[in-house]
Amino acid sequence: MTSALIFDNKTGNDNKYGSQHRWLLSSLLIAIVLLSLAPSLRLLMEALSDLAQGRQSPLWQVLSSASTWRALWHSLYTSGLGMLIALVLGSLFAFATTLTNVRGKAWLVFCFMLPMMIPPQVTALSWLQLFGPASPLLKSIGLAPPLGSPQPLYSAEGIALLLGIQSAPLVFLALRTSLLSLPRELIEAARISGAKQTQVWGHIILPVTRSGLIAGGAMAFISSLGNFGIPAMLGIPAGYYVLPTLIYQRMANFGTGVLAEMAALSLLIGLLALAGVALQQQLMNRSRFGLGGHSGRSHDFTLGSWRSLVTATLVGILLIILVAPLLALIISSLVPAMGVPLNAETATLNAYAEVVGRQGATWRAVNNSLWLAGSAAVVLMLLSLPLAYRLQRLPERWRGMVLSAIEIPYALPGVVLAIACILLFVRPLPIINVALYGTLGLIFIAYLARFLVVCVKPVAASLAQLDPSLEEAAQLAGAGPWRRLGSIILPLVAPALFAGGLLVFLLAVNELTVSALLWSAGNETLGVLIFNLDEGGESVLASAVSVLVVIMVASLMLTLSLLAPRLPKGVIPWQS
Amino acid sequence: MAELDTSGLNTAGLTIDRVTKRFGEQTAVDALSLTINPGEFVALLGPSGCGKTTMLRMLAGFETINDGTIQLANRTLASADTHVPPEQRNMAMVFQSYALWPHMSVADNVGYPVKLRGLRGAAYQQKVQQALALVELDAYADRMPQALSGGQRQRVALARCLVSDPSVVLLDEPLANLDRHLRATMEHSFRDFHQRTGATLVYVTHDQTEAMALADKIAVMKAGKLVQWGAPETLYRQPRTAWVAGFIGQGSQLKVAAGHPGKLLEGAALMRGLNAIESERTQSVLVRPEHIQISAALASSAAPTHNQLAAQVESVIFRGERYELTLRLPSGETLLAYHHTAPDLGSQVAVDLQQGWCLEPDQ
Repeated sequence: MTSALIFDNKTGNDNKYGSQHRWLLSSLLIAIVLLSLAPSLRLLMEALSDLAQGRQSPLWQVLSSASTWRALWHSLYTSGLGMLIALVLGSLFAFATTLTNVRGKAWLVFCFMLPMMIPPQVTALSWLQLFGPASPLLKSIGLAPPLGSPQPLYSAEGIALLLGIQSAPLVFLALRTSLLSLPRELIEAARISGAKQTQVWGHIILPVTRSGLIAGGAMAFISSLGNFGIPAMLGIPAGYYVLPTLIYQRMANFGTGVLAEMAALSLLIGLLALAGVALQQQLMNRSRFGLGGHSGRSHDFTLGSWRSLVTATLVGILLIILVAPLLALIISSLVPAMGVPLNAETATLNAYAEVVGRQGATWRAVNNSLWLAGSAAVVLMLLSLPLAYRLQRLPERWRGMVLSAIEIPYALPGVVLAIACILLFVRPLPIINVALYGTLGLIFIAYLARFLVVCVKPVAASLAQLDPSLEEAAQLAGAGPWRRLGSIILPLVAPALFAGGLLVFLLAVNELTVSALLWSAGNETLGVLIFNLDEGGESVLASAVSVLVVIMVASLMLTLSLLAPRLPKGVIPWQS
Repeated sequence: MAELDTSGLNTAGLTIDRVTKRFGEQTAVDALSLTINPGEFVALLGPSGCGKTTMLRMLAGFETINDGTIQLANRTLASADTHVPPEQRNMAMVFQSYALWPHMSVADNVGYPVKLRGLRGAAYQQKVQQALALVELDAYADRMPQALSGGQRQRVALARCLVSDPSVVLLDEPLANLDRHLRATMEHSFRDFHQRTGATLVYVTHDQTEAMALADKIAVMKAGKLVQWGAPETLYRQPRTAWVAGFIGQGSQLKVAAGHPGKLLEGAALMRGLNAIESERTQSVLVRPEHIQISAALASSAAPTHNQLAAQVESVIFRGERYELTLRLPSGETLLAYHHTAPDLGSQVAVDLQQGWCLEPDQ
């Protein structure tokens, strides 16, 4: 790394001021990379330690335990089935909204993307309110099954269905990106060569976008593999454990005593996820055919008399996967207790009063999450600009490696990062003798590591679009490096920086997976709160909190959408 | 190059009758009429946004038309209520971006149109082979398009056009993405291609030299309307309006008190008209630089003869084979002229105008 930095510096020995500025930024870059890698390296060390003990070593014990393999199979089964569901839903929406003239495209896309940003525990909770004998929605319309009948979602297939719905937007985005980069001329050239609309699909569109489809599938699979909220809410009551919930359950039961074994388990799932990421990136690279031509406007297939039917189908699907569960959630938050139907006499806002009014655990958790997410967003925004600025000046190979290094804590399943952070901070910090384990500080550090890349990427994309001559002109005008950064670069990348901060806030405020393992009494987060309320049978309260969360998510998404015209393409995850 | 069997080519004429295309409030093409004879090489020429590409896309069938008709050899392709889809028009098109399918080899790209027409086996192979040979790319049949250079991709796109014996070949600014050297080569191969196949070609460009060099006939368009339709020589020598005169070739527009639009003014009449008082000089006349004779520099005291004008040299630019002079006339108008030597800046020269073409005012 140092050699590359020196190499890069060869043009800049002109003045002391400039080299000091470069040196500072480079140190920051190196420090951040090391801090991003530290948790994973610590985890690796722990998992591979004591291998000399042979059959007594934690890795061997984990690998020889039947529960590991059962959980692995459960993980693969639910994620695989979820991926298939995501592929069907995602490609249907991507093809329909990108290539045809269905009505209301913008709203269809927004609503379809919403499940991706809704925290998984809220998704799980809202679906639980939709089915089962105690569902207030079914009670209200008189369709509830008799008491004692099973909740159909407490099953592997229930988990897979929700994983599929949650990750379908990933397939949608990957496919939509390759469809949008498909130049209109390629389709028109086929038409004028004599191909009918149906032949154009088979001969041109599918082959050109195939790798986008596969990459989207891989992303859905990885994301499902690391998902904690859905299998925790649906699987644990049924005794159906996947790898992340297995780790959670062991940690909850045995505490830090089983850390070494959990590290080994984490290594297993971490490697699976990273292999998936590698596969997906390779496919994405291959899918770039180097398509020439104008991809400004994509082709509109005229659906003719099918237009209304296709539009109705898409709206129908959205009604089932988005509107119905959210409606169930809202109804559940308005009844006095589970199992009570909603009508004019029973409707009450008590749950909301409880959440907002009382200064109990609920309010504390909301407070904790807002503080954690807000300060993580601010700190990461402050770090991102200098980091991305220095990154921009690295040779391309180094830039790729640094980006991969800071991507690791985000790509790893949250449970893995949480275990790694516990390992790193379970003992008090040397010299200053401060114990972070069991405090909000540990969650904060984990958030910084996890969401750094979320904030850096938009800024880096925005910087890459910037014409270097803008800065050169300022330099000729006599502006020093800090001044250029502040008065030229910052105003130009400010929208991307702001969007990055908002995204971090959006993800961190609802985060469950990391904090599920790192929280302690008094330090709950919003994500943990919903989970704990539901586990403790307080479904009505959990629903009220969830409704507020969904409103917050949707309004943050709308804010970001309004920013979209001022941002580089691809910054906002639900737009491309 | 291999000989192409042109007997199978069912070249046909195109009749465009009062075709109108509106996008919302905006009229992209306004009652445009053209009659294109079989085998003609026609250029649609105009500045960007004049509707030429929209016209081409309507011919291809990618856009419907709001009014008028498009007929191909008496078969109606499009009108306000009929629209033959592109795949049934038997046309071919070279796109600005080449539009080669990235997942197919060169041979597959070229062969796709005939495969869709049901050709298989040896006949298919032979067709593809023939088309590739015509553009001298037989050695590249198994390459992927990404592995080719810009000029080679262009030729693959051309080969794909001829393989299916289309009635009309449409070309959408096919040279816009190429560098200057390659443009010259490709211009040559387009001319060659047209001579060999005898196909009806409709070529869209904003580059007047390209259009003049290639086309048999040019349709000059402005703001969706046809301004002039004629052979390149006619457009150059007899431009209809002041705008066309400015758009095509070089020259100067002067105000004279003589002549009528669409008429030629010979030397003496032109000189008389120029010497009239300002309020009477209302007719615009185009004077091409090759019709200006420059006599030796005038001594500052000497007056020009009655058949000459005095002018001051404002700028001199060396163009290799000659010098390009900007002259200032006593009336204040400027005049572009060529000369084989470079007069001093600011010196007075005697100018003899041999002829000028009277223009219609712009609408």
